[in-house]
Amino acid sequence: PHALVFLEHRQGDLDSASLSALTAASQLGGQVTGLVVGSPEEVPSVVEKARRLNGLNTLLHCASPQYSTPLPETVSPLLEKLLSQNSPFTHVVSAHSSSAKSILPRVAAKLDVPAVSDITSLEHDAASGSTTFTRLIYAGNAISTVRASSSIPIKFFTVRSTAFAAAGAGDAAESEVNALDSVEVSDVPTEHISTSLTKSDRPDLGVASRVVSGGRALKNAETFQSTLYPLADALGAAVGASRAAVDAGYADNSLQVGQTGKVVAPELYMALGISGAIQHLAGMKDSKLIVAVNKVSASLQHCQTPVIRLQDPDAPIFQVADVGLVADLFEVVPELVEKLKQ
Amino acid sequence: MRPSAVRLLNILVPIKRAVDYAVKIRVNPEQTGIDLNVKHSMNPFDEIAVEEAVRIRERLKDAVKSIKVVTIGPPKSAETLRTALAMGADSAVHVEIPDSAPSPEPLGVAKTLKALIERQKEGVDIVILGKQAIDDDAGQTGQMLAGLMGWSQATFASKVEVNPEQKVANITREIDGGLEELRCKLPVIITTDLRQVQLLNEPRYASLPNIMKAKKKPVEKLTAAELGVDITPRLETIKVTEPPKRVGGGKVANVDELLAKLKEAGFTGKRA
Repeated sequence: PHALVFLEHRQGDLDSASLSALTAASQLGGQVTGLVVGSPEEVPSVVEKARRLNGLNTLLHCASPQYSTPLPETVSPLLEKLLSQNSPFTHVVSAHSSSAKSILPRVAAKLDVPAVSDITSLEHDAASGSTTFTRLIYAGNAISTVRASSSIPIKFFTVRSTAFAAAGAGDAAESEVNALDSVEVSDVPTEHISTSLTKSDRPDLGVASRVVSGGRALKNAETFQSTLYPLADALGAAVGASRAAVDAGYADNSLQVGQTGKVVAPELYMALGISGAIQHLAGMKDSKLIVAVNKVSASLQHCQTPVIRLQDPDAPIFQVADVGLVADLFEVVPELVEKLKQ
Repeated sequence: MRPSAVRLLNILVPIKRAVDYAVKIRVNPEQTGIDLNVKHSMNPFDEIAVEEAVRIRERLKDAVKSIKVVTIGPPKSAETLRTALAMGADSAVHVEIPDSAPSPEPLGVAKTLKALIERQKEGVDIVILGKQAIDDDAGQTGQMLAGLMGWSQATFASKVEVNPEQKVANITREIDGGLEELRCKLPVIITTDLRQVQLLNEPRYASLPNIMKAKKKPVEKLTAAELGVDITPRLETIKVTEPPKRVGGGKVANVDELLAKLKEAGFTGKRA
């Protein structure tokens, strides 16, 4: 096999999700070529970092002003060209990022091959040329094992970053670096107007190794911030929120953990004032250590059948939590912050 | 002479019937899939797409000529089409597949949609559909269709503003870590994000009169073969299994015990 890994970067640094995609590509057991696409200002410094990545045999790069914001409409033609003319590539791999998952299926369709989204494991059988993947369906409530046989000449897949460790750098020989000519697209139908990134000093929710999440029991936006942020900062954690907290306006959309928000699997997930709706559990149940602090009454206040729930003192979050504490989070969290600082 | 009249917009909304989001799904004993003998409803992301199409017409009035919904699915998917018609779509296409047939893959769906678009005498200006279906969670159909058509695409949209005179759409989309704004020339493929619900689009409930009206709206029935499309899956599903059960339920009595557990697992305060 020979995998082409689409390496994404932001402000001169490689995205860690792309490094997980590289690890997945290495597990195919063959050659691995990386591809860096970007503006002429960005590409050289990214290439310097990418060429030292472990597991990469060759690094291709392509710079053009049209790639400064990678639109599917401009990047797809480059990939199509790379993958059509006597292409050596058998697999195309990327992170399951908002950018790559917009680009890869577009290219796959042009090449008339299916794509496999958000895989959590893979196994390649070199003898038969088939690759078997596992991926989660129904928001993680079932695992599907699918096989792409040799009848699919190029196998496209995106990788769930939490299922693969990020590839390191500097332990192996530097990869061979080759520049590619860009494929200039005239009359692009789509124009990039602006990008606004949520500014935060805390780690990004999607990749953080520690997450502190708050639910509706946080009462309002002000207490959400004044209660959760000090704990997040004491732990060096990202802040998340349940859908209920987002809907109630306590926290921004981008912080939502769950089926319709972000799926996270950090080393530590602390759920505070979250009762644990199915949709929320789907977004965090693969976390390594789950800690829940919830007052029983907090889960009751928005329960449709409080009479039944009264006989079952546990909010569902406690059924998945490794460490549960039934207590008032407004008393517990400040104490925790104080003692963590010591 | 007055400039010629603006050509009116035709909107196509592909929708999917899926297991209802509130159903706790069960893997079947044969491990071939899940128990489908449960409540189904319109994929919530597609419901947002229908709602957005109807709202585009509410904003642009007569500039929108038609809203057509399409589904590819078993006979029961007809109910899902009726729901969309009751929400405000004008007509529907049902590309019917037998109950026994496997669910088509995104590429097969995209090819079917392409064939349908090519059959529309007045063309299609906007295709708006959910960013993913909550059953297979693939999230590819819109992008694949955009590739096959060579059209502009805007995935994970949370805001859509169509300018019918200039034939462009300004679209705000959710990206990792923030938002991005694009200006897309029509025709365009838009995929909708559910988080849009909080921004603008709580899907409407169909009123009884609208449900009655929907029963009279035209539904065209077709098959993939009639469209000249092969929708046989290319990937082979080996098995479907339950995820490992998480054994939780551990309890502590106070903050000190909680801290001890954290320390035991290697979590301490952030080293400054």
